[in-house]
Amino acid sequence: MKNIIDMIMAPEYSFTAVVVLFILMIKYVDKIATKKFGYSLLLGMTVFIGWLFTDNVFRLNFFATNDNVPIIFLVFLVVWSCWFSLYKGIQNDNRIAAGGVPLEAEPENREKVWSWPNLVYTELFAIIACTIFLIVWAIVFKSPLEEPANPTWAPNPAKAPWYFLGLQEMLVYFDPWLAGVLLPGLIIVGLVAIPYMDVNPKGNGYYTFRERKFAITTFLFGWLVLWVFLIIIGTFLRGPNWVYYGPFEVWDAHKVLAANNVNISEYFWIKLLNQGLPKNILVREIAGIIMTVGYFVVGIPLFNKFFGNKYLKRMGMIRYYLMVMLIFMTLTLPIKMYLRWSINLKYIIFMPEFEFNI
Amino acid sequence: MSETRLNLNRREFFSYLAVGWITFGAAVAGMASLVFRFLYPNVVFEPPMDFIAGRPDEYELGVDERWKNVYGVWIFKEEGRFVAMSNICTHLGCVPTWLPAENKFKCPCHGSGYYPNGINFEGPAPRPLERFKVSLNSEGKVIVDKSKIYRYEKGEWNYPGAFISV
Repeated sequence: MKNIIDMIMAPEYSFTAVVVLFILMIKYVDKIATKKFGYSLLLGMTVFIGWLFTDNVFRLNFFATNDNVPIIFLVFLVVWSCWFSLYKGIQNDNRIAAGGVPLEAEPENREKVWSWPNLVYTELFAIIACTIFLIVWAIVFKSPLEEPANPTWAPNPAKAPWYFLGLQEMLVYFDPWLAGVLLPGLIIVGLVAIPYMDVNPKGNGYYTFRERKFAITTFLFGWLVLWVFLIIIGTFLRGPNWVYYGPFEVWDAHKVLAANNVNISEYFWIKLLNQGLPKNILVREIAGIIMTVGYFVVGIPLFNKFFGNKYLKRMGMIRYYLMVMLIFMTLTLPIKMYLRWSINLKYIIFMPEFEFNI
Repeated sequence: MSETRLNLNRREFFSYLAVGWITFGAAVAGMASLVFRFLYPNVVFEPPMDFIAGRPDEYELGVDERWKNVYGVWIFKEEGRFVAMSNICTHLGCVPTWLPAENKFKCPCHGSGYYPNGINFEGPAPRPLERFKVSLNSEGKVIVDKSKIYRYEKGEWNYPGAFISV
């Protein structure tokens, strides 16, 4: 059993499983947004995580870094808030489908109160409670002091703070300029841009799912699959040398994984055409350049075919194509991950001469 | 509202104004210079950029770690060549670990791997480890000069100075 889990938790399988689970969640959202499912999910997660802690190796790895404690909280909180918003949304959707109004629009829920003192007092107590919680936590879980910094030595594994482990996991698949600068920048710009691109007035002031299905699905995919799950991988499944370790696997720094990463140019010129790499950089990288350009040139019209009719008119040209660009940039991450897992791809376009690697 | 008025003529008003602005400007400039001074540390940890690494025949074939902790340099000796490598990963600047059993360098941050000669073969590292200038002094000892680097992807590893023939 534990061996099987160690095997299927490898990123290539577990990521696929999470993507499938995500699609199932969107598809069977009616079943998921019920109290029965919510309670069974909570019970199942608690039992599963509790069972993980009965294993000595898992416990040892887990408590080796105190960062892991908040991530267990995070997992529960993320699952709960996701389930809760779906639950409320589907509740309202069913009311609207039956010809009613959302729960929040009922007369008894429309009563207004002053933000001072009602809201401000609540916030004050929340701040105090949080502060007490953090102080108690800081006393209970002592931060481990390490040796003085040494520029010629790095801890192994060298892990970022837990909330950045998703980014660190991204960096495994990309050049640092992309995963360290461009993609995080796009994440921030994209999140800032969402309110300006989203012109759907539905769901204003009430929970809903079906009236905002596309928006919620895209956002949740980026959040749950591409961010939270990558944090979980980076936290629990990466050991020394950033190699994959199953949850029940001992962190042996000498675990050997044969990984010889190959660029598209080498696949194209050496393996396919059986000749050496050409001298000219553009000729050398031609296959990768065609693939990259093709991704946008073929992909965007294809995307338009599925979603264009509905959203192009509603959002307008500029908003729509900005959204398409953001979605396509987001999808480069899973695409690059799968290329790495399937054909050991290193870079699609590889121009170290100009520090330009995709 | 107080009714006090200063008896100032136009010329006096402007001279007060000038004094006021000059004082304010001087104060701001002084603070800015303090901030600027703060940007430069009092103590700088800068090991010398070059060091003497002994005679080439003191080294075994393969990777040698003796200068890694002091100068951040790996010595790699193969048949006919003696080179000095940087120990900074070309991906994001962590310090890889030398794994003798696997005969490779492996970076703990994102899993980049390098062959003993510094060529990258796994993980996200975009280019091989950089090499430093090596030369022999009059006593036949190696001088490693870290201020001059040689990059493989620019075809610099065959330049004179990138290696010593042994």
